[in-house]
Amino acid sequence: MTSTDLSTSQAPSGLATRPASRRQTRTRRLRRWRRLPGHLLVALLLVVVTYPLVWLLLGSFKTQTEFLEESVFSLPSQFNFDNYVEAWTTGNFSQYVLNSIIAVGPSLFLMMLLGTAAGFALEVLVWKGRAGVLLLFLAGIMVPMQMILLPLFTIYFQTGLTGTLWPLVITYTATGLPLTVFLMATYFRAVPREVFEASTLDGAGLVRAFFQIGLPMMRNAIFTVGLVQFFFFWNDLLIALTFTNSGELRTLQVGLLNFSGQFGTTQYGPLFAAICLNVFGMLVLYLVLNKQVQKGLTAGAVKG
Amino acid sequence: MEQVLGDRKSVAILVGPALIVYSLVMLVPVFWSLGYTLFEGNAVTGFRYVGFANFADLIGDSKVHDALWFTIRYALVITVGQVLLGYGLALLYVFVLRRYSSLVRTLVFFPIVLPTVAVALLFQQLFAVAPQNGVVNSLINVFGADSIDWFGDGGTAFIVIAIMDIWRSMGFYGVLLYAGLVEIPEDVLESARIDGSGGWRMLRHIVLPLSLPVLVSAIIFSINGTLKVFDSILALTNGGPGTSTSPLTIYMFQTSFTYGEYGYGSSVALLLTIICLMVTVVIFRASRRDLTKG
Repeated sequence: MTSTDLSTSQAPSGLATRPASRRQTRTRRLRRWRRLPGHLLVALLLVVVTYPLVWLLLGSFKTQTEFLEESVFSLPSQFNFDNYVEAWTTGNFSQYVLNSIIAVGPSLFLMMLLGTAAGFALEVLVWKGRAGVLLLFLAGIMVPMQMILLPLFTIYFQTGLTGTLWPLVITYTATGLPLTVFLMATYFRAVPREVFEASTLDGAGLVRAFFQIGLPMMRNAIFTVGLVQFFFFWNDLLIALTFTNSGELRTLQVGLLNFSGQFGTTQYGPLFAAICLNVFGMLVLYLVLNKQVQKGLTAGAVKG
Repeated sequence: MEQVLGDRKSVAILVGPALIVYSLVMLVPVFWSLGYTLFEGNAVTGFRYVGFANFADLIGDSKVHDALWFTIRYALVITVGQVLLGYGLALLYVFVLRRYSSLVRTLVFFPIVLPTVAVALLFQQLFAVAPQNGVVNSLINVFGADSIDWFGDGGTAFIVIAIMDIWRSMGFYGVLLYAGLVEIPEDVLESARIDGSGGWRMLRHIVLPLSLPVLVSAIIFSINGTLKVFDSILALTNGGPGTSTSPLTIYMFQTSFTYGEYGYGSSVALLLTIICLMVTVVIFRASRRDLTKG
Protein backbone atom coordinates (compact mmCIF):
# COMPACT_ATOMS: atom_id res chain seq x y z
CA MET A 1 0.00 0.00 0.00
CA THR A 2 2.55 2.50 1.14
CA SER A 3 4.96 1.79 -1.65
CA THR A 4 2.42 2.94 -4.22
CA ASP A 5 2.07 6.18 -2.30
CA LEU A 6 5.80 6.56 -2.44
CA SER A 7 5.85 6.34 -6.20
CA THR A 8 2.81 8.53 -6.78
CA SER A 9 4.10 11.33 -4.62
CA GLN A 10 7.44 11.37 -6.36
CA ALA A 11 6.88 10.55 -10.03
CA PRO A 12 7.16 13.64 -12.24
CA SER A 13 4.09 14.61 -14.27
CA GLY A 14 4.34 14.19 -18.04
CA LEU A 15 2.11 16.89 -19.53
CA ALA A 16 4.58 19.12 -21.36
CA THR A 17 2.55 19.91 -24.50
CA ARG A 18 -0.36 21.84 -22.93
CA PRO A 19 -0.50 25.65 -22.65
CA ALA A 20 1.19 26.90 -19.51
CA SER A 21 -1.79 28.11 -17.43
CA ARG A 22 -4.02 25.14 -18.17
CA ARG A 23 -1.09 22.85 -17.55
CA GLN A 24 -0.58 24.36 -14.13
CA THR A 25 -4.15 23.89 -12.97
CA ARG A 26 -4.09 20.44 -14.50
CA THR A 27 -0.95 19.37 -12.64
CA ARG A 28 -2.29 20.82 -9.44
CA ARG A 29 -5.43 18.83 -9.83
CA LEU A 30 -3.41 15.77 -10.74
CA ARG A 31 -1.22 16.19 -7.71
CA ARG A 32 -4.30 16.37 -5.54
CA TRP A 33 -5.54 13.13 -7.10
CA ARG A 34 -2.22 11.48 -6.55
CA ARG A 35 -2.22 12.41 -2.90
CA LEU A 36 -5.70 11.00 -2.47
CA PRO A 37 -4.68 7.37 -1.75
CA GLY A 38 -2.36 8.62 0.97
CA HIS A 39 -5.08 10.77 2.53
CA LEU A 40 -7.63 7.98 2.32
CA LEU A 41 -5.18 5.62 3.97
CA VAL A 42 -4.60 8.03 6.84
CA ALA A 43 -8.34 8.58 7.25
CA LEU A 44 -8.97 4.82 7.33
CA LEU A 45 -6.16 4.39 9.83
CA LEU A 46 -7.58 7.00 12.17
CA VAL A 47 -11.07 5.47 11.98
CA VAL A 48 -9.70 1.99 12.72
CA VAL A 49 -7.75 3.25 15.73
CA THR A 50 -10.26 5.67 17.25
CA TYR A 51 -13.69 4.27 16.39
CA PRO A 52 -13.57 1.32 18.85
CA LEU A 53 -12.74 3.76 21.64
CA VAL A 54 -15.50 6.20 20.68
CA TRP A 55 -17.95 3.30 20.48
CA LEU A 56 -16.81 2.20 23.94
CA LEU A 57 -17.41 5.67 25.37
CA LEU A 58 -20.88 5.90 23.82
CA GLY A 59 -21.72 2.43 25.11
CA SER A 60 -20.87 3.41 28.66
CA PHE A 61 -23.91 5.73 28.71
CA LYS A 62 -26.44 3.21 27.35
CA THR A 63 -29.00 1.37 29.42
CA GLN A 64 -29.39 -2.41 29.44
CA THR A 65 -32.49 -2.19 27.21
CA GLU A 66 -30.65 0.00 24.73
CA PHE A 67 -27.93 -2.65 24.57
CA LEU A 68 -30.33 -5.52 24.06
CA GLU A 69 -32.87 -3.95 21.73
CA GLU A 70 -31.24 -1.23 19.66
CA SER A 71 -28.61 -1.31 16.95
CA VAL A 72 -24.97 -1.26 18.04
CA PHE A 73 -24.53 1.98 16.11
CA SER A 74 -27.32 3.80 17.95
CA LEU A 75 -26.44 6.72 20.17
CA PRO A 76 -27.24 6.65 23.90
CA SER A 77 -30.54 8.41 24.69
CA GLN A 78 -29.12 10.15 27.78
CA PHE A 79 -25.79 11.19 29.22
CA ASN A 80 -25.81 10.35 32.90
CA PHE A 81 -23.23 8.60 35.00
CA ASP A 82 -25.43 5.83 36.44
CA ASN A 83 -23.31 3.13 34.84
CA TYR A 84 -20.15 4.63 36.27
CA VAL A 85 -21.63 4.83 39.75
CA GLU A 86 -22.78 1.23 39.43
CA ALA A 87 -19.31 0.05 38.33
CA TRP A 88 -17.58 2.08 41.03
CA THR A 89 -19.77 0.83 43.90
CA THR A 90 -21.53 -2.46 43.11
CA GLY A 91 -18.71 -3.49 40.78
CA ASN A 92 -16.21 -2.84 43.62
CA PHE A 93 -14.07 -0.66 41.39
CA SER A 94 -13.07 1.71 44.18
CA GLN A 95 -11.52 -1.25 46.05
CA TYR A 96 -9.65 -2.45 42.94
CA VAL A 97 -8.19 0.96 42.17
CA LEU A 98 -7.04 1.30 45.77
CA ASN A 99 -5.40 -2.16 45.64
CA SER A 100 -3.61 -1.29 42.40
CA ILE A 101 -2.27 1.93 43.90
CA ILE A 102 -1.09 0.16 47.07
CA ALA A 103 0.64 -2.55 45.03
CA VAL A 104 2.17 -0.36 42.31
CA GLY A 105 3.17 2.79 44.25
CA PRO A 106 5.67 1.39 46.77
CA SER A 107 7.14 -1.15 44.35
CA LEU A 108 7.68 1.53 41.71
CA PHE A 109 9.49 3.78 44.20
CA LEU A 110 11.64 1.00 45.66
CA MET A 111 12.45 -0.54 42.29
CA MET A 112 13.52 2.80 40.78
CA LEU A 113 15.73 3.64 43.79
CA LEU A 114 17.48 0.26 43.86
CA GLY A 115 17.71 0.04 40.07
CA THR A 116 19.18 3.52 39.63
CA ALA A 117 21.74 2.94 42.38
CA ALA A 118 22.74 -0.37 40.80
CA GLY A 119 22.93 1.22 37.34
CA PHE A 120 25.20 3.91 38.80
CA ALA A 121 27.44 1.36 40.51
CA LEU A 122 27.62 -0.80 37.39
CA GLU A 123 28.38 1.98 34.93
CA VAL A 124 30.21 4.75 36.80
CA LEU A 125 32.14 2.87 39.48
CA VAL A 126 35.13 0.71 38.66
CA TRP A 127 35.29 -2.71 40.25
CA LYS A 128 36.08 -6.31 39.49
CA GLY A 129 33.16 -8.39 38.26
CA ARG A 130 30.85 -5.56 37.25
CA ALA A 131 30.56 -6.86 33.67
CA GLY A 132 29.43 -10.21 35.06
CA VAL A 133 26.85 -8.64 37.36
CA LEU A 134 25.45 -6.51 34.53
CA LEU A 135 25.10 -9.64 32.41
CA LEU A 136 23.33 -11.35 35.30
CA PHE A 137 20.75 -8.55 35.39
CA LEU A 138 20.37 -8.64 31.62
CA ALA A 139 19.53 -12.35 31.72
CA GLY A 140 16.50 -11.41 33.81
CA ILE A 141 14.94 -9.55 30.88
CA MET A 142 14.82 -12.77 28.86
CA VAL A 143 13.41 -15.17 31.45
CA PRO A 144 9.63 -15.71 31.13
CA MET A 145 7.71 -14.90 34.31
CA GLN A 146 6.27 -18.45 34.28
CA MET A 147 9.70 -19.73 35.29
CA ILE A 148 9.60 -18.03 38.71
CA LEU A 149 5.89 -18.12 39.49
CA LEU A 150 5.64 -21.49 41.24
CA PRO A 151 8.60 -21.16 43.65
CA LEU A 152 7.40 -17.67 44.57
CA PHE A 153 3.92 -19.01 45.20
CA THR A 154 5.43 -21.62 47.54
CA ILE A 155 7.56 -19.02 49.35
CA TYR A 156 4.68 -16.61 49.86
CA PHE A 157 2.45 -19.46 50.99
CA GLN A 158 4.92 -20.73 53.56
CA THR A 159 5.90 -17.32 54.92
CA GLY A 160 2.24 -16.45 55.38
CA LEU A 161 2.34 -13.48 53.00
CA THR A 162 -0.48 -14.97 50.93
CA GLY A 163 -3.64 -13.02 51.70
CA THR A 164 -1.88 -9.64 51.65
CA LEU A 165 -0.65 -7.37 48.86
CA TRP A 166 2.99 -7.96 49.85
CA PRO A 167 3.58 -10.68 47.24
CA LEU A 168 2.68 -8.15 44.52
CA VAL A 169 4.94 -5.42 45.93
CA ILE A 170 7.90 -7.81 46.28
CA THR A 171 7.45 -9.47 42.89
CA TYR A 172 6.99 -6.18 41.00
CA THR A 173 10.05 -4.67 42.66
CA ALA A 174 12.26 -7.58 41.65
CA THR A 175 10.90 -8.20 38.15
CA GLY A 176 11.21 -4.52 37.25
CA LEU A 177 14.89 -4.38 38.22
CA PRO A 178 16.57 -5.96 35.13
CA LEU A 179 15.12 -3.46 32.65
CA THR A 180 15.66 -0.48 34.98
CA VAL A 181 19.29 -1.43 35.73
CA PHE A 182 19.96 -1.93 32.02
CA LEU A 183 18.37 1.38 30.97
CA MET A 184 19.86 3.44 33.81
CA ALA A 185 23.34 2.03 33.13
CA THR A 186 22.91 3.12 29.50
CA TYR A 187 21.91 6.64 30.55
CA PHE A 188 24.82 6.94 33.03
CA ARG A 189 27.20 5.96 30.21
CA ALA A 190 26.57 9.37 28.62
CA VAL A 191 27.81 11.26 31.70
CA PRO A 192 31.57 11.99 31.76
CA ARG A 193 33.34 10.17 34.60
CA GLU A 194 35.16 13.37 35.58
CA VAL A 195 31.94 14.78 37.03
CA PHE A 196 31.90 12.10 39.71
CA GLU A 197 35.65 11.99 40.16
CA ALA A 198 35.71 15.69 40.94
CA SER A 199 32.99 15.32 43.55
CA THR A 200 34.83 12.53 45.34
CA LEU A 201 38.04 14.57 45.41
CA ASP A 202 36.11 17.18 47.34
CA GLY A 203 35.85 14.59 50.05
CA ALA A 204 32.29 13.44 49.45
CA GLY A 205 31.82 9.67 49.53
CA LEU A 206 30.60 7.81 46.46
CA VAL A 207 27.24 7.08 48.01
CA ARG A 208 26.79 10.80 48.66
CA ALA A 209 27.96 11.56 45.13
CA PHE A 210 25.20 9.29 43.88
CA PHE A 211 22.47 10.94 45.91
CA GLN A 212 23.66 14.53 45.45
CA ILE A 213 24.86 14.46 41.84
CA GLY A 214 23.93 11.21 40.07
CA LEU A 215 20.29 11.07 41.11
CA PRO A 216 19.38 14.73 40.37
CA MET A 217 21.27 14.57 37.07
CA MET A 218 19.18 11.58 35.98
CA ARG A 219 15.84 13.20 36.80
CA ASN A 220 14.50 12.97 33.24
CA ALA A 221 15.77 9.45 32.67
CA ILE A 222 14.33 8.26 35.98
CA PHE A 223 10.99 9.81 35.09
CA THR A 224 10.93 8.14 31.67
CA VAL A 225 11.94 4.70 32.94
CA GLY A 226 9.57 5.01 35.89
CA LEU A 227 6.72 5.82 33.52
CA VAL A 228 7.41 2.72 31.42
CA GLN A 229 7.56 0.52 34.50
CA PHE A 230 4.35 2.08 35.77
CA PHE A 231 2.59 0.86 32.63
CA PHE A 232 4.06 -2.63 33.02
CA PHE A 233 3.01 -2.86 36.69
CA TRP A 234 -0.38 -1.19 36.34
CA ASN A 235 -1.39 -3.30 33.32
CA ASP A 236 0.05 -6.56 34.68
CA LEU A 237 -2.31 -9.50 34.81
CA LEU A 238 -0.15 -12.62 35.26
CA ILE A 239 1.46 -11.75 38.61
CA ALA A 240 -1.66 -10.13 40.03
CA LEU A 241 -3.82 -13.10 39.02
CA THR A 242 -1.40 -15.59 40.57
CA PHE A 243 -0.96 -13.94 43.95
CA THR A 244 -4.37 -12.39 44.68
CA ASN A 245 -6.46 -15.24 45.96
CA SER A 246 -9.39 -13.31 47.42
CA GLY A 247 -11.86 -10.77 46.10
CA GLU A 248 -10.66 -7.97 48.39
CA LEU A 249 -7.10 -8.20 47.05
CA ARG A 250 -7.94 -7.91 43.37
CA THR A 251 -6.10 -5.26 41.40
CA LEU A 252 -7.82 -3.23 38.71
CA GLN A 253 -6.98 -5.71 35.94
CA VAL A 254 -7.99 -8.83 37.89
CA GLY A 255 -11.15 -7.07 38.98
CA LEU A 256 -11.99 -6.15 35.42
CA LEU A 257 -11.36 -9.72 34.26
CA ASN A 258 -13.90 -10.98 36.80
CA PHE A 259 -16.20 -8.01 36.38
CA SER A 260 -19.20 -9.78 34.87
CA GLY A 261 -19.19 -12.18 37.81
CA GLN A 262 -20.04 -9.32 40.19
CA PHE A 263 -23.54 -9.23 38.74
CA GLY A 264 -25.84 -12.14 37.99
CA THR A 265 -26.09 -11.61 34.24
CA THR A 266 -23.83 -9.40 32.16
CA GLN A 267 -24.71 -5.76 32.82
CA TYR A 268 -23.43 -4.14 29.65
CA GLY A 269 -23.64 -0.54 30.78
CA PRO A 270 -21.53 -0.95 33.94
CA LEU A 271 -19.13 -3.26 32.04
CA PHE A 272 -18.57 -0.59 29.38
CA ALA A 273 -18.21 2.04 32.09
CA ALA A 274 -15.63 -0.11 33.89
CA ILE A 275 -13.58 -0.59 30.70
CA CYS A 276 -13.93 3.15 30.05
CA LEU A 277 -12.56 4.09 33.48
CA ASN A 278 -9.56 1.89 32.78
CA VAL A 279 -9.03 3.18 29.25
CA PHE A 280 -9.66 6.90 29.71
CA GLY A 281 -7.57 7.08 32.87
CA MET A 282 -4.68 5.99 30.71
CA LEU A 283 -5.74 8.43 27.98
CA VAL A 284 -5.48 11.40 30.35
CA LEU A 285 -2.00 10.31 31.40
CA TYR A 286 -1.03 9.78 27.77
CA LEU A 287 -2.34 13.14 26.60
CA VAL A 288 -0.17 14.93 29.15
CA LEU A 289 2.96 12.81 28.76
CA ASN A 290 2.79 11.28 25.27
CA LYS A 291 6.31 12.33 24.27
CA GLN A 292 7.91 10.68 27.30
CA VAL A 293 5.65 7.63 26.99
CA GLN A 294 6.65 7.07 23.35
CA LYS A 295 10.33 7.59 24.14
CA GLY A 296 10.26 5.36 27.19
CA LEU A 297 8.25 2.48 25.78
CA THR A 298 10.38 2.22 22.65
CA ALA A 299 13.52 2.29 24.82
CA GLY A 300 12.01 -0.51 26.89
CA ALA A 301 11.15 -2.57 23.81
CA VAL A 302 13.85 -5.11 24.73
CA LYS A 303 11.40 -6.49 27.23
CA GLY A 304 9.18 -7.57 24.34
CA MET B 1 41.98 7.85 39.22
CA GLU B 2 40.48 4.36 39.12
CA GLN B 3 40.86 4.03 42.86
CA VAL B 4 38.67 7.07 43.45
CA LEU B 5 35.72 5.38 41.79
CA GLY B 6 36.50 1.92 43.12
CA ASP B 7 35.67 2.15 46.81
CA ARG B 8 34.38 -1.31 47.70
CA LYS B 9 32.10 -0.25 50.50
CA SER B 10 30.28 2.20 48.23
CA VAL B 11 29.91 -0.44 45.55
CA ALA B 12 28.38 -2.83 48.08
CA ILE B 13 25.95 -0.19 49.38
CA LEU B 14 24.83 0.89 45.90
CA VAL B 15 24.57 -2.41 44.02
CA GLY B 16 24.03 -4.73 46.98
CA PRO B 17 20.32 -4.18 47.72
CA ALA B 18 19.27 -4.51 44.07
CA LEU B 19 21.40 -7.62 43.61
CA ILE B 20 20.02 -9.26 46.75
CA VAL B 21 16.37 -8.58 45.87
CA TYR B 22 16.92 -9.66 42.27
CA SER B 23 18.74 -12.85 43.30
CA LEU B 24 16.22 -13.88 45.93
CA VAL B 25 13.09 -13.17 43.91
CA MET B 26 14.24 -14.04 40.39
CA LEU B 27 17.48 -16.05 40.21
CA VAL B 28 16.86 -18.46 43.08
CA PRO B 29 13.30 -19.24 41.88
CA VAL B 30 14.61 -20.03 38.39
CA PHE B 31 16.81 -22.80 39.80
CA TRP B 32 14.11 -23.80 42.28
CA SER B 33 11.76 -24.17 39.34
CA LEU B 34 14.35 -26.36 37.60
CA GLY B 35 14.30 -28.56 40.69
CA TYR B 36 10.49 -28.78 40.57
CA THR B 37 10.66 -30.44 37.15
CA LEU B 38 11.85 -33.62 38.92
CA PHE B 39 8.89 -33.73 41.32
CA GLU B 40 5.13 -34.01 41.29
CA GLY B 41 2.64 -32.44 43.67
CA ASN B 42 2.29 -28.85 44.96
CA ALA B 43 2.93 -26.51 47.85
CA VAL B 44 -0.23 -27.57 49.70
CA THR B 45 -0.17 -31.37 49.27
CA GLY B 46 3.61 -31.88 49.31
CA PHE B 47 6.02 -33.22 46.70
CA ARG B 48 7.14 -36.64 45.46
CA TYR B 49 10.34 -37.31 43.49
CA VAL B 50 9.60 -38.73 40.03
CA GLY B 51 12.92 -38.32 38.20
CA PHE B 52 12.52 -37.46 34.53
CA ALA B 53 8.92 -38.64 34.28
CA ASN B 54 7.68 -35.05 33.69
CA PHE B 55 9.89 -34.69 30.62
CA ALA B 56 8.75 -38.06 29.28
CA ASP B 57 5.12 -36.91 29.73
CA LEU B 58 5.95 -33.59 28.07
CA ILE B 59 7.19 -35.30 24.90
CA GLY B 60 4.10 -37.48 24.56
CA ASP B 61 1.46 -34.94 25.68
CA SER B 62 -0.75 -33.97 22.74
CA LYS B 63 -1.96 -30.89 24.66
CA VAL B 64 1.62 -29.66 24.89
CA HIS B 65 2.04 -30.24 21.15
CA ASP B 66 -1.10 -28.21 20.47
CA ALA B 67 -0.07 -25.41 22.82
CA LEU B 68 3.44 -25.32 21.34
CA TRP B 69 2.06 -25.23 17.81
CA PHE B 70 -0.36 -22.46 18.78
CA THR B 71 2.43 -20.45 20.42
CA ILE B 72 4.60 -20.69 17.29
CA ARG B 73 1.69 -19.86 14.98
CA TYR B 74 0.73 -16.89 17.14
CA ALA B 75 4.32 -15.60 17.37
CA LEU B 76 4.80 -15.85 13.59
CA VAL B 77 1.49 -14.27 12.58
CA ILE B 78 1.66 -11.43 15.11
CA THR B 79 5.33 -10.69 14.47
CA VAL B 80 4.83 -10.52 10.72
CA GLY B 81 1.65 -8.49 11.18
CA GLN B 82 2.90 -5.93 13.66
CA VAL B 83 6.36 -5.43 12.16
CA LEU B 84 5.02 -5.24 8.59
CA LEU B 85 2.20 -2.84 9.46
CA GLY B 86 4.55 -0.93 11.75
CA TYR B 87 7.00 -0.57 8.89
CA GLY B 88 4.20 0.57 6.62
CA LEU B 89 3.21 3.18 9.18
CA ALA B 90 6.81 4.33 9.56
CA LEU B 91 7.09 4.76 5.78
CA LEU B 92 3.80 6.66 5.82
CA TYR B 93 5.10 8.97 8.54
CA VAL B 94 8.43 9.64 6.85
CA PHE B 95 7.51 9.84 3.17
CA VAL B 96 3.84 10.83 2.97
CA LEU B 97 2.95 12.79 6.09
CA ARG B 98 6.47 14.06 6.72
CA ARG B 99 6.36 17.10 9.01
CA TYR B 100 2.69 16.57 9.80
CA SER B 101 3.08 13.03 11.11
CA SER B 102 3.34 13.90 14.82
CA LEU B 103 -0.40 13.88 15.55
CA VAL B 104 -1.09 10.65 13.64
CA ARG B 105 1.92 8.99 15.27
CA THR B 106 0.70 9.96 18.73
CA LEU B 107 -2.84 8.72 18.06
CA VAL B 108 -1.92 5.37 16.51
CA PHE B 109 0.60 4.73 19.29
CA PHE B 110 -1.99 5.14 22.04
CA PRO B 111 -3.54 1.62 22.21
CA ILE B 112 -0.25 0.05 23.39
CA VAL B 113 -0.52 1.84 26.76
CA LEU B 114 -4.00 0.43 27.37
CA PRO B 115 -4.45 -2.46 29.79
CA THR B 116 -4.72 -5.67 27.76
CA VAL B 117 -7.69 -6.79 29.83
CA ALA B 118 -9.65 -3.66 28.92
CA VAL B 119 -8.77 -4.04 25.24
CA ALA B 120 -9.75 -7.72 25.29
CA LEU B 121 -13.14 -6.99 26.86
CA LEU B 122 -13.69 -4.25 24.29
CA PHE B 123 -12.90 -6.65 21.43
CA GLN B 124 -15.23 -9.26 22.93
CA GLN B 125 -18.01 -6.71 22.52
CA LEU B 126 -16.87 -5.54 19.06
CA PHE B 127 -16.98 -9.14 17.79
CA ALA B 128 -20.00 -10.23 19.83
CA VAL B 129 -22.79 -12.31 18.27
CA ALA B 130 -25.12 -12.74 21.25
CA PRO B 131 -27.32 -11.34 22.67
CA GLN B 132 -26.75 -8.57 20.13
CA ASN B 133 -24.47 -8.39 17.10
CA GLY B 134 -21.34 -6.37 17.79
CA VAL B 135 -19.94 -3.76 15.42
CA VAL B 136 -18.11 -6.28 13.23
CA ASN B 137 -21.04 -8.62 12.72
CA SER B 138 -23.36 -5.66 12.07
CA LEU B 139 -21.00 -4.47 9.33
CA ILE B 140 -20.90 -7.98 7.87
CA ASN B 141 -24.71 -7.99 7.83
CA VAL B 142 -24.72 -4.67 5.98
CA PHE B 143 -22.81 -6.38 3.17
CA GLY B 144 -25.40 -9.15 3.13
CA ALA B 145 -23.47 -11.94 4.79
CA ASP B 146 -24.49 -13.87 7.90
CA SER B 147 -23.15 -13.10 11.35
CA ILE B 148 -20.15 -15.13 12.43
CA ASP B 149 -19.82 -16.71 15.86
CA TRP B 150 -16.24 -15.49 16.21
CA PHE B 151 -15.51 -17.12 19.57
CA GLY B 152 -17.28 -20.38 18.79
CA ASP B 153 -14.41 -21.82 16.78
CA GLY B 154 -10.64 -21.89 17.29
CA GLY B 155 -9.92 -20.64 13.77
CA THR B 156 -12.09 -17.53 13.89
CA ALA B 157 -11.09 -16.86 17.52
CA PHE B 158 -7.47 -16.83 16.35
CA ILE B 159 -8.37 -14.20 13.75
CA VAL B 160 -9.88 -11.97 16.46
CA ILE B 161 -6.79 -12.45 18.66
CA ALA B 162 -4.53 -11.50 15.76
CA ILE B 163 -6.59 -8.43 14.82
CA MET B 164 -6.69 -7.29 18.44
CA ASP B 165 -2.99 -7.66 19.14
CA ILE B 166 -1.96 -6.07 15.86
CA TRP B 167 -4.42 -3.20 16.45
CA ARG B 168 -2.85 -2.71 19.85
CA SER B 169 0.79 -2.80 18.84
CA MET B 170 1.17 -1.56 15.26
CA GLY B 171 1.47 2.08 16.36
CA PHE B 172 4.19 1.12 18.81
CA TYR B 173 6.20 -0.61 16.10
CA GLY B 174 5.46 2.32 13.82
CA VAL B 175 7.22 4.69 16.23
CA LEU B 176 10.04 2.21 16.89
CA LEU B 177 10.77 1.82 13.17
CA TYR B 178 10.14 5.51 12.45
CA ALA B 179 13.06 6.29 14.76
CA GLY B 180 15.23 4.14 12.48
CA LEU B 181 13.90 5.59 9.22
CA VAL B 182 14.33 9.29 10.10
CA GLU B 183 18.00 8.60 10.67
CA ILE B 184 18.53 7.88 6.98
CA PRO B 185 20.37 11.00 5.76
CA GLU B 186 18.24 13.24 3.56
CA ASP B 187 21.04 13.67 0.97
CA VAL B 188 21.20 9.90 0.40
CA LEU B 189 17.48 9.91 -0.45
CA GLU B 190 17.88 13.09 -2.50
CA SER B 191 20.68 11.69 -4.65
CA ALA B 192 18.66 8.55 -5.22
CA ARG B 193 15.75 10.69 -6.39
CA ILE B 194 18.02 12.60 -8.77
CA ASP B 195 19.28 9.28 -10.13
CA GLY B 196 15.68 8.65 -11.05
CA SER B 197 14.89 5.83 -8.66
CA GLY B 198 11.50 6.34 -7.07
CA GLY B 199 8.92 4.20 -5.31
CA TRP B 200 9.66 0.50 -5.22
CA ARG B 201 13.25 0.71 -6.34
CA MET B 202 14.18 3.32 -3.78
CA LEU B 203 12.42 1.32 -1.05
CA ARG B 204 14.13 -1.93 -2.04
CA HIS B 205 17.65 -0.70 -2.69
CA ILE B 206 18.08 2.22 -0.31
CA VAL B 207 15.47 2.49 2.43
CA LEU B 208 15.22 -1.20 3.27
CA PRO B 209 18.97 -1.96 3.53
CA LEU B 210 19.59 1.18 5.57
CA SER B 211 16.81 0.39 8.02
CA LEU B 212 17.66 -3.32 8.29
CA PRO B 213 19.34 -3.13 11.73
CA VAL B 214 16.33 -1.50 13.39
CA LEU B 215 14.02 -3.88 11.52
CA VAL B 216 15.92 -6.88 12.89
CA SER B 217 15.75 -5.57 16.45
CA ALA B 218 12.02 -4.98 16.03
CA ILE B 219 11.60 -8.60 14.92
CA ILE B 220 13.60 -9.88 17.90
CA PHE B 221 11.57 -7.78 20.36
CA SER B 222 8.37 -8.91 18.74
CA ILE B 223 9.11 -12.65 18.77
CA ASN B 224 10.45 -12.45 22.29
CA GLY B 225 7.26 -10.74 23.44
CA THR B 226 4.77 -12.81 21.47
CA LEU B 227 6.20 -16.16 22.62
CA LYS B 228 5.31 -15.07 26.17
CA VAL B 229 1.77 -13.91 25.33
CA PHE B 230 -0.65 -14.42 28.22
CA ASP B 231 -2.84 -11.48 29.25
CA SER B 232 -4.53 -10.69 25.98
CA ILE B 233 -5.50 -14.27 25.11
CA LEU B 234 -6.52 -15.14 28.67
CA ALA B 235 -8.84 -12.14 28.81
CA LEU B 236 -10.21 -12.53 25.28
CA THR B 237 -10.84 -16.28 24.89
CA ASN B 238 -9.43 -17.84 28.07
CA GLY B 239 -7.66 -20.27 25.72
CA GLY B 240 -10.94 -21.54 24.30
CA PRO B 241 -13.14 -22.80 22.87
CA GLY B 242 -11.76 -25.94 24.53
CA THR B 243 -8.02 -25.47 24.41
CA SER B 244 -7.92 -24.38 20.76
CA THR B 245 -6.35 -20.98 21.51
CA SER B 246 -4.15 -21.96 24.47
CA PRO B 247 -0.48 -21.01 24.17
CA LEU B 248 2.15 -22.64 26.41
CA THR B 249 1.82 -19.86 28.99
CA ILE B 250 -1.89 -20.51 29.56
CA TYR B 251 -1.40 -24.29 29.54
CA MET B 252 1.34 -23.85 32.16
CA PHE B 253 -0.91 -21.63 34.27
CA GLN B 254 -3.76 -24.14 34.14
CA THR B 255 -1.73 -27.27 34.91
CA SER B 256 -0.08 -25.44 37.82
CA PHE B 257 -2.95 -23.63 39.45
CA THR B 258 -6.12 -25.38 38.26
CA TYR B 259 -4.76 -28.93 38.57
CA GLY B 260 -2.02 -28.22 41.16
CA GLU B 261 0.73 -30.00 39.22
CA TYR B 262 3.75 -27.83 39.99
CA GLY B 263 6.32 -30.27 38.60
CA TYR B 264 4.62 -30.56 35.24
CA GLY B 265 3.89 -26.82 35.14
CA SER B 266 7.58 -26.10 35.74
CA SER B 267 8.52 -28.45 32.91
CA VAL B 268 6.24 -26.55 30.54
CA ALA B 269 7.74 -23.25 31.79
CA LEU B 270 11.23 -24.63 31.14
CA LEU B 271 10.25 -25.57 27.59
CA LEU B 272 9.04 -22.01 27.04
CA THR B 273 12.25 -20.53 28.48
CA ILE B 274 14.42 -22.70 26.24
CA ILE B 275 12.42 -21.72 23.16
CA CYS B 276 12.75 -18.00 24.01
CA LEU B 277 16.51 -18.31 24.47
CA MET B 278 16.98 -20.37 21.30
CA VAL B 279 14.97 -18.02 19.10
CA THR B 280 16.81 -14.95 20.34
CA VAL B 281 20.25 -16.53 19.84
CA VAL B 282 19.36 -17.83 16.37
CA ILE B 283 17.96 -14.53 15.11
CA PHE B 284 20.79 -12.56 16.67
CA ARG B 285 23.40 -14.77 15.00
CA ALA B 286 21.64 -14.78 11.65
CA SER B 287 21.22 -11.01 11.62
CA ARG B 288 24.87 -10.44 12.50
CA ARG B 289 26.01 -12.66 9.66
CA ASP B 290 23.75 -10.94 7.16
CA LEU B 291 24.81 -7.49 8.28
CA THR B 292 28.52 -8.20 7.80
CA LYS B 293 27.79 -9.58 4.34
CA GLY B 294 25.64 -6.72 3.13
